[in-house]
Amino acid sequence: MSMFSARNWREYPQRYRMEASKFKKSGKTYFPPRDIDPETGDTEYEIVRLPDTGKLVTYTVIRVAPNMWGDEGPYALGIAELADGTRVMAQITDCNIDDVKIGMEIRVEFRRIQTEGHSGVLSYGYKFTPKWF
Amino acid sequence: MAGIVGYGAHLPRHRIKVEEIAKVWGADAPSYKKGLMLREKSVPPPDMDTITLSVEAARRALIRAQNVDPKDIGAIYIGSESHPYAVKPSGTTVAEAIGATPDIHCADFEFACKAGSEAMFVALSHIDSGAMPYALAIAGDTSQGAPSDALEFSAAAGAAAFIMGKENLIAECLYTHSWMNDVPDFWRREHEFYPQHAGRFTGEPAYFRTTMGASEAILKKAGMKPSDFKYAIFHQPNGKFPQRVSRMLGFTQEQIDPGWLAPRLGNTYSGASPIGLTATLDVSEPGDLIFMCSYGSGAGSDAFVWKVTERINEVRDLTIRTHKLLDENLTYVDYGTYAKFRRKIKKNY
Amino acid sequence: MRDVCCVGVGMSKWGEVWERSLRQLFVDAATAAIKDSGVDHLDSLHVGCMSGGMFIGQEHIGALCADYLGMRGLPATHVESACASGGIAVRQGYIEVAAGVADIVMAAGVEKMTDCSGDDATAALAGAADKEYEVFHGATFPGLYAMMAHAHMHKYGTTPEMLATVSSKNHENGSMNPVAQYPFKVSVDQVLSSVMIADPLHILDCSPITDGASAIILTTEEIAKKLGKPYTKITGSGLATDAIQLADRTDLASIPSAALALERALKMAGKKLSDIDFAELHDCFTIAEIIIMEEIGLYERGKAGPAVLAGETRLDGKFPINTSGGLKAKGHPVGATGVAQMVELHKQLLGLAENGRQLKTSPKVGMAQNMGGTGASSAVHIMEVA
Repeated sequence: MSMFSARNWREYPQRYRMEASKFKKSGKTYFPPRDIDPETGDTEYEIVRLPDTGKLVTYTVIRVAPNMWGDEGPYALGIAELADGTRVMAQITDCNIDDVKIGMEIRVEFRRIQTEGHSGVLSYGYKFTPKWF
Repeated sequence: MAGIVGYGAHLPRHRIKVEEIAKVWGADAPSYKKGLMLREKSVPPPDMDTITLSVEAARRALIRAQNVDPKDIGAIYIGSESHPYAVKPSGTTVAEAIGATPDIHCADFEFACKAGSEAMFVALSHIDSGAMPYALAIAGDTSQGAPSDALEFSAAAGAAAFIMGKENLIAECLYTHSWMNDVPDFWRREHEFYPQHAGRFTGEPAYFRTTMGASEAILKKAGMKPSDFKYAIFHQPNGKFPQRVSRMLGFTQEQIDPGWLAPRLGNTYSGASPIGLTATLDVSEPGDLIFMCSYGSGAGSDAFVWKVTERINEVRDLTIRTHKLLDENLTYVDYGTYAKFRRKIKKNY
Repeated sequence: MRDVCCVGVGMSKWGEVWERSLRQLFVDAATAAIKDSGVDHLDSLHVGCMSGGMFIGQEHIGALCADYLGMRGLPATHVESACASGGIAVRQGYIEVAAGVADIVMAAGVEKMTDCSGDDATAALAGAADKEYEVFHGATFPGLYAMMAHAHMHKYGTTPEMLATVSSKNHENGSMNPVAQYPFKVSVDQVLSSVMIADPLHILDCSPITDGASAIILTTEEIAKKLGKPYTKITGSGLATDAIQLADRTDLASIPSAALALERALKMAGKKLSDIDFAELHDCFTIAEIIIMEEIGLYERGKAGPAVLAGETRLDGKFPINTSGGLKAKGHPVGATGVAQMVELHKQLLGLAENGRQLKTSPKVGMAQNMGGTGASSAVHIMEVA
């Protein structure tokens, strides 16, 4: 039994394809998608895919992390404002952690997020990398 | 005629030098560098695996394909010897990630270093038979090399993806030929972490005999000779083997140069000749003939003859070129970091 | 609506209390509060506890506590709102008395955090954030507040020294609090040279893992007078929520739920911010105290840090904050914190704070701000001399 099976599978559209909900009345996009627009109460929306580039609006470097992140530590974690204005939190990988700064341009990349020990489920999703091309 | 509609590659940015590995085991770095004709290799960080490399490569192939709706891809085949699961295909996650599910055939391929070209071979077949408009073949690996073994110096990581189709081709596939016989040169038993190999037996009776067998057969089938080709790509477990086999067949260094990545990349196993193909396509011109022959221990070779079309000019720079991934934005790690990244260190969980 | 008075307070031992279980810690605090108040029975109990389930596998906290207090049959409610569990337990108790549903109500809080591993405790705490969109990606609590700190520093020029001064001040106050988990002083340099947990927060910028319980007894003014001892009044209670994900916060350097909760509490109390003499603010991390100071309108955005450096929030400052030692020095048994804040307000207002930390200015009105997660919930209470 894995705690991750159903929960991961349910989140695939968000984690694998970055699908968000864009409400008809306000035109605002929410990630993850939600059924009710917190600003207007609107329940009509379309599913859109978020852009794969953006800028960091804040970050930290996590130096003391739970055991499961041990192989990756220390790691940078931040919130990026993607090209359409939507904000998303993710790890910033493939970077020199001392070079991470607010305003840094990032690209979204598909990465493994968690490994459930030796025999459990593999969880995949999005991370940010410094945009170099 | 079937061929490539879109292609793309992805590589890690981390590298480790031969000197770093040699130092830990007391090996003589200069002789390894000379003997393998290899100076460093790519290292995948803990959050990269065959599935993630394949997703990025496939996304780039879709970019170069320009007008392919993922839902029209009829099959996804990923060839690797380091699929993250022993049971649960890498293809399911990659297909989900690119939005190609649910009407799609999926199978994971394995045949040591030729699992990737196998995927390409079968994908092309589906197009030729008219079974589907597009088929996606991905070659990727994050292979392990046993500590202190010669293969530890070269086992690297990378992936290449090809969307095969019938129209709007970047390169037509004029001929294919597959040549195989049972040769126990390199293998990994179930539940073992590292592969094993038969030393010098992996050379002449395995790599060279098989590669020659497939290459000579396809040249005969096509009625062509090496000088007809602009470029050639061979399987590259190190820098030396592809150089030697190309000379044995009558190809020149200039022909193999664009796709000859092992000296700086290492051996990307299933990815080796396919990634070499992407690097070659990046610099090719319309009308160029490209010769490709993979090799997978066990043993077999898949050979292909490609002809580049006008469309290469339109697509080569729609996304990043393979040589840029090879040469830029690099960072070098020490052996300890490498061992940590490659999960070679024993832990409680 | 009836007036609500606080007639007694109690605390258990706070720290790594190996010898006492969750139910025992609760009984320790509850018995102390009952004794302090002189009441001979309770009509109702509200217990704040963030996660008996994740820390020790124990749910059904309300019933458990009533049972072990020796009061089987007592109406008991388990209140949860992450780190604001205690503050909301206070609110629930206040509402019952004010509405006339119960006459003598105990609002308590308890958390047992050291029976599980540090890793498991961190995972349990992470339940206050967004599990699928923050914690899944590697967010820890220090990490989330660190991101808020970087945003604040980037926007206003707040410095690590300002953050460290909050910690140092709270430790100075805590060194005089007999209940504090860490009753010793810590210098700004010590904070800045302590190990970095999540840039820019050092370990001494972060509140600790603590076992502990606290309890207060709330009742009507009629009963308070009959009990014949000095008492305080809770005159305002405000509660507000906000987006659970930090990425959904419009201004990463702010905590809007705190301002909204305060506004509601002030309205109920018929007071303005300038009527408040001192406060217990939720310093789960040093940056939190700085942001809340600005959020509640005490200081303009970006000006709280310099005010802290200038000593304005010290015991002898213009507006003392966290005279108890705050979460940093006193400890942070999650569910108990909101109630413990009221314990400190009560003591200061009645002149009962120990060891030299009693405010010399005869404070009349205090406020407590308790919040959950990165500010997805805030409970604010206003307490006055009767």
